[in-house]
Amino acid sequence: MLTFTLRRLLLAIPTLLFISLIIFLLVDLAPGSPMSEIPLTVPPEVRQKMIAALGADQPVFVRYILWLRQFFWVEPAYLLDGWFGTDLAGDQQRILSWQSRSPVFTVIGQRIPQTLTVIGTAYLVGILIAVPIGIYSAYRQYSLFDQLGTFVAMIGFSVPTFFTGTLFIIIFAVWLGWFPTKYDTTLEVTDWASFIRQMQQMAMPVMVLGLANAAAISRYMRSSMLENMGQDYVRTARAKGMTERTVVLKHVLRNSMIPVVTVIALGIPSIFGGAIITENLFGVNGIGAALIGAIHASDLPMVQTLAFIFAVLIVGFNLIADILYGFLDPRIRYD
Amino acid sequence: MRDTQAAPLVQVEGLKMYFPVHTGILRRHTGNVKAVDDVSFAIHQGETLGLVGESGCGKSTVGRALLRLYEPTAGRVVIDGEDIATLSHEALRRKRPTMQMVFQDPQASLNPRMSLSAIIAEPLTEHTKLTAAQRQNRVYELMDQVGLNRRFANRFPHEFSGGQRQRIGIARALALNPKLIVCDEPIAALDVSIQAQVVNLLEDLQDTLGLTYLFISHDLSMVRHIADRVAVMYLGRIVELSPRDDLYARPLHPYAEALLSAVNEPDPDRAKTRKRILLKGDLPSPANPPVGCNFCTRCPKVFARCLTEKPALVQVEPGRQVACHLFETIHPATGSTGGSEAKEHLQHGVTQ
Repeated sequence: MLTFTLRRLLLAIPTLLFISLIIFLLVDLAPGSPMSEIPLTVPPEVRQKMIAALGADQPVFVRYILWLRQFFWVEPAYLLDGWFGTDLAGDQQRILSWQSRSPVFTVIGQRIPQTLTVIGTAYLVGILIAVPIGIYSAYRQYSLFDQLGTFVAMIGFSVPTFFTGTLFIIIFAVWLGWFPTKYDTTLEVTDWASFIRQMQQMAMPVMVLGLANAAAISRYMRSSMLENMGQDYVRTARAKGMTERTVVLKHVLRNSMIPVVTVIALGIPSIFGGAIITENLFGVNGIGAALIGAIHASDLPMVQTLAFIFAVLIVGFNLIADILYGFLDPRIRYD
Repeated sequence: MRDTQAAPLVQVEGLKMYFPVHTGILRRHTGNVKAVDDVSFAIHQGETLGLVGESGCGKSTVGRALLRLYEPTAGRVVIDGEDIATLSHEALRRKRPTMQMVFQDPQASLNPRMSLSAIIAEPLTEHTKLTAAQRQNRVYELMDQVGLNRRFANRFPHEFSGGQRQRIGIARALALNPKLIVCDEPIAALDVSIQAQVVNLLEDLQDTLGLTYLFISHDLSMVRHIADRVAVMYLGRIVELSPRDDLYARPLHPYAEALLSAVNEPDPDRAKTRKRILLKGDLPSPANPPVGCNFCTRCPKVFARCLTEKPALVQVEPGRQVACHLFETIHPATGSTGGSEAKEHLQHGVTQ
């Protein structure tokens, strides 16, 4: 298992380097740059200085190599300095946002807690709803409950979050007045009352995203359960005289969780990615909103760094899913 | 050993297993697949009853309905004094230790995520009050009994060969000291060299533990080796139920005759003189069986009565039961069936 993990980590290095190059080039070569937004009234030599100050006058490969060095060397050094009070980084240049002129990682550090609380909770809620629904739907296939579950899942699948989100805002915020229409990022949970307020403002984005997540996961869970329900070993368990509870929750569920756990693990990077649309709709000032803002402002370092972080997370969770698979399924051994 | 003339361990009366067919837009119930249609037989303590027939004749369904792994449509299945078919689910679960099954596919019938020792010990945790150490001892004991090395206790099913897996399946079935074991084609998925080992193991276990088997197979020579009496099935019904030696020496029912003529003869000289009875046509659909005798579409000895009336399974010779109009006319005394839907009362005859 350890050798497998190490081998996969080594293999991840060229993969990530390749991805970083693609991302860098894609973002860089795409039309639109902050330079094009400098008014034409600015004299050419001033304009040249402004471009040079951003480092944008260098050829693309020089900038790529510099960015790589900043991402893999300078930024971790700053991180360690921050943790242990060392002085590894000196005063080397960090990756700076062209929008705010502040380090990209500082912005990410400010935004990520919002995203994790809201989107992370939504994902968790989605799983908690989806797994029992999937199990029971499969156990009572074609029952009223199953039909209803299928119907709700279809809605979750086919209705986009910007529609359900708007609908939720109209119904629960405007008509019923239960929840605030906008998420207040500055709210700090200090006492019971503010905790209630936090719950209230989280309710709608969490439900909107939770429904979308639950739709997909419950379908995976149901089909995986159904597949295992018909297996011979389930009949064996019944013939042994096990209770239905043991048969379903021990024999069938444990085997059915294998593919579902993989799906869940592979979905985790999307939490960090933030749900761009939902964050914008409810005004959650998270990482997804940061990405959209950076794209609008042609803030290339910010977009490149965020996109690359998502790539790292996806590669990382792929590896985690594979390792989990090995733990869950004794037939798979990595050595 | 108990007196075998006492009440049989298993008594099946009029067992029917219909699977409903739904068709059309409204999924209306339009018919039934009559997988098992009015089957009656008895198995005595310590006996092996062979159940043979071609694929799709309903022999596995009989085995599963017998242990109520399917809910039978009709009929009584009395095992060890209790009617399995009408027990409540909880009572049935408590009853399961007396009746176990060895399944056809030893790979699929073992949970891939459980170790050998967990598979064998699971019924012990459910049905006995043994401590963990006692359970482990019992697992080792069972592994010894079926010839599995104790070192394998923590391995998973995929790490074993087919024959070893079937041994796990047998050990699992034995764990709770059952009286009856239904062997559902236990050797069909195994290599020929392994088949003999497993069958011999089953025989040894029968001798030492006094087990009763229902041995379902399509392998006629293997059934000849292990069974005391043999029931031949065709399209959901038993056509002949006879002691093994009588059946193999002189099959009565035309289908049994045709089936047994298909057994390969290892001696080439005798094989030359062997008469093969080749049946024409295909097996009728069990969803739409013939009105008369189920075999009338392919029977070489068919006559007018066969097309209109279903023959009942009646005793035609001591210990031999046949469902065929040919024999009813010869033995009118036993053949008064009173029409096609006559209830077949079981006549469990003499046992060896």
